[in-house]
Amino acid sequence: MSILIKSGRVIDPANKIDAVLDILIEEDKISKVAKNIKAQADSIIDAADKIVAPGLIDMHVHLRQPGREDKETVATATAAATRGGVTTVLAMPNTNPAMDCLENAELLKKIIAKDARINVLICGTITKGRLGKELSAILELKKSGVCAISDDGCSVDSDELMFAALKEAKQAGVLTICHSEDKKISGNGVINLGFNSTRLGLRGISNESEYKRVARDIELAKKSGASVHIAHVSCRQSVEIIGKARKNGVKLTCETSPHYFSLTEDALLGYDTNMKMNPPLRSLEDLVAIKQGLKDGTIDTIASDHAPHTENEKDIEFERAEFGVVGLETELAVSITELINSKILDWSKLFEKFTSNPARILGIERGSLSQGGPADVAIVSGGKEWQVKKDELLSKSKNSAFLGRTLKGTVDYTICNGKIVYKR
Amino acid sequence: MKEKAKILDKEGVQRAFTRIAHEIIEKNSGIGELCLVGIRNRGVYIAQRIADCIGKTEGRKIPVGALDITLYRDDLALASGQPLVRKTEIDFDINNKILVLVDDVLYTGRTIRAALDALIDFGRPRTIQLAVLIDRGHRELPIRADFVGKNIPTSQKESVEVRLLESDGRDEVAIMEKD
Amino acid sequence: MSWVKKDLLGLEYLTKEEIELILDTADSFKEVSTREIKKVPALRGKTAVNLFYEPSTRTRVSFEVAAKRLSADVINIATETSSVRKGETLIDTGKNIQALKADMIIMRHNCSGAANMLARALDISVINAGDGWHEHPTQALLDMFTLKEKLGRIEGLNVTIVGDIAHSRVARSNIWGLTKLGANVTACAPEMLLPVAIEKMGVKTSSNIDEALKEADAVNVLRMQFERDEGAAFPQQLDYFKRFGITRERLAKAKKDIVVMHPGPINRGIEMSSDVADGANSVILDQVTNGIAVRMAVLFLVAQAREVKA
Repeated sequence: MSILIKSGRVIDPANKIDAVLDILIEEDKISKVAKNIKAQADSIIDAADKIVAPGLIDMHVHLRQPGREDKETVATATAAATRGGVTTVLAMPNTNPAMDCLENAELLKKIIAKDARINVLICGTITKGRLGKELSAILELKKSGVCAISDDGCSVDSDELMFAALKEAKQAGVLTICHSEDKKISGNGVINLGFNSTRLGLRGISNESEYKRVARDIELAKKSGASVHIAHVSCRQSVEIIGKARKNGVKLTCETSPHYFSLTEDALLGYDTNMKMNPPLRSLEDLVAIKQGLKDGTIDTIASDHAPHTENEKDIEFERAEFGVVGLETELAVSITELINSKILDWSKLFEKFTSNPARILGIERGSLSQGGPADVAIVSGGKEWQVKKDELLSKSKNSAFLGRTLKGTVDYTICNGKIVYKR
Repeated sequence: MKEKAKILDKEGVQRAFTRIAHEIIEKNSGIGELCLVGIRNRGVYIAQRIADCIGKTEGRKIPVGALDITLYRDDLALASGQPLVRKTEIDFDINNKILVLVDDVLYTGRTIRAALDALIDFGRPRTIQLAVLIDRGHRELPIRADFVGKNIPTSQKESVEVRLLESDGRDEVAIMEKD
Repeated sequence: MSWVKKDLLGLEYLTKEEIELILDTADSFKEVSTREIKKVPALRGKTAVNLFYEPSTRTRVSFEVAAKRLSADVINIATETSSVRKGETLIDTGKNIQALKADMIIMRHNCSGAANMLARALDISVINAGDGWHEHPTQALLDMFTLKEKLGRIEGLNVTIVGDIAHSRVARSNIWGLTKLGANVTACAPEMLLPVAIEKMGVKTSSNIDEALKEADAVNVLRMQFERDEGAAFPQQLDYFKRFGITRERLAKAKKDIVVMHPGPINRGIEMSSDVADGANSVILDQVTNGIAVRMAVLFLVAQAREVKA
């Protein structure tokens, strides 16, 4: 099986390439990247006027399997991923059972082997059952191939326990991903604390509940020397604190999600539950700071925080609706729409946030178009507009914050390990 | 709409009021239990004018009320635009009275039907009579006026405009037709 | 000026002219309740459903009386649900009521935004009878109607709202309505009960009731709900009465004709003393009477808007 991709604009940040080139894929590897490749191939893709980039790596995805197959499955989530040009995801561990031991990780691995259409990496939990009481078997998890740990959805409140976790993570050589939220401060909040929470009569979630915990997590990262990654950064103070710590040499990376640089708390004024997520949509000031953080490199990567929920859980009273939105199918297009024309990022920097940076953070040999490397490729029409339609979403759940929105940038082909897994 | 013909001028309108006033007194042999209720808006002004004439002749004031029939209309759903609900002000007892209902133009009769329904909610007059400045025909209900200022045969494409000092700055009646 | 909205969800969403139209229409409706036969046929054949997810006797009864005086048929559905989801969803309930060919739903719900959500999902009219901490538009309208009746105007009046502003839908609706009509509003509460950025709604804030009463033409006293589970951050009853309770002594230092309002039910000795509640400045019972006229106006206008649209 071979694929020849002709005359595309190849953007490969890892190899500092941005040029019109051909790419030859043989079996599951990229065998050649060059001008005017003359070769026989089983299929030829004309990529003239298109961007050819490494397949995207999304390090924050809730697959919901095992446990909540009514929301999403490995099969449906990875199908959705292909539509977004995503070829590798990191599966968050808040499943049922949670990914807190070898046995559970092996269970998920079997499902992945059977159903996944792209590469799925498993994130283990920091604590057993994500209860914040007792550490998971981190070393054992590492042995089963887990590359990161997180209690996503919760933060480990105990400083002592978190410190112990970081020391063990360092020893095991896994990344620790922090959901930085102090629930004592955020309480039962449902949207950003501010004028909008006041006028809507809803409980607020302050920036403080995020950045204070970010500061603590950084402090512990410094003390332990472990690799720490801050998930879904949403507010300006977090960006500032993270930027400072990195300047001071703390081993630290972070991500944001497309909704934090495309939407503000004003999207909540109609009580639309598809705008309800945690952390919440923040103020315009925060949005600007997130964009600046992407521009100056403080924020390394963009991840969807793909969080599927059924209509039963979203089409109800705002306060009672679940937090979270799906994002695999829209993350690249939202990023192109928001960041390219406004010159926050150029194409190469944009793909860096989606490919080489997350690969580096996770320590995986993907996210590039290196010859001999895995053939994960996304072919994108950067300027082409499309409308987000509920019926067209491949995800089992339809809780997108961008329904009805016209976005720029379509994914035309997604190739994963040398196979065309998506064609528009 | 443009004006087709002037039917009554200032003097004509005043003469009509005076005549109706005298007819009311004559028919009811005096004004013992008499009261007037005008239908908003112009019927109220006309009722007041007629009451003034009766008052001059008989040397005694008679009570005048104002009735808004919006809430009793049978065509609320059909009304083009939204009728404004205005105040009903009948601050006297209408039980056992001779009540003269007053309006500007009698046409289909539906307004009067609504007014009768409304009046019944206020009490039980001994008799209800109807006085209108203009009767233009085309009745859709079995209703007729007891006192008429002027009968004007019209086509349904036309409309009758009653203008009064109180609401329009001058007294006159005109037939209007579509351009 | 005509009414075109299918629903009444909150005063934030209305223009000054729309608010004035409701108040003017209510003025015409007030007379109906003074008749011997207190009923007009305006909404004959229409069905209004009172859908109450929170216990409320006075608002429900007021709406019921208003609807019946307009000859509408009224059906009461009281669903006391806990905050835990169980059984039918709100939208399913709404769609079922719509399928019964009811014309309007009057809803009280403990979740902010519930009326907005229901209105979006249905073709029939939704009238918000109070949603969470968000809005209680007809209460604010009747408060404004009463103010206008007593003081002749709204524009330029100094109105102080005192109590648990943070958790009060009555406060929010009053603030939107009064500021749109040109009143100067002061929100007075213990600091912990003043919500974030409330000034952006166009009000002054104060935590000193004597200061806030000094120039006030009217004071609207909110009901305090001490059963709220907000932890230690909530003031104690006696302490609250000492600091914020409206007493004869406090009123003696305010304008002589200050109008005292309360949405009810009153906690005597907590928000205000009995002698104030029953005193000459109190218009609390007038508010109840005016509530009927205001709600008749709202039901009538909303029903009309649907007819015109259809």
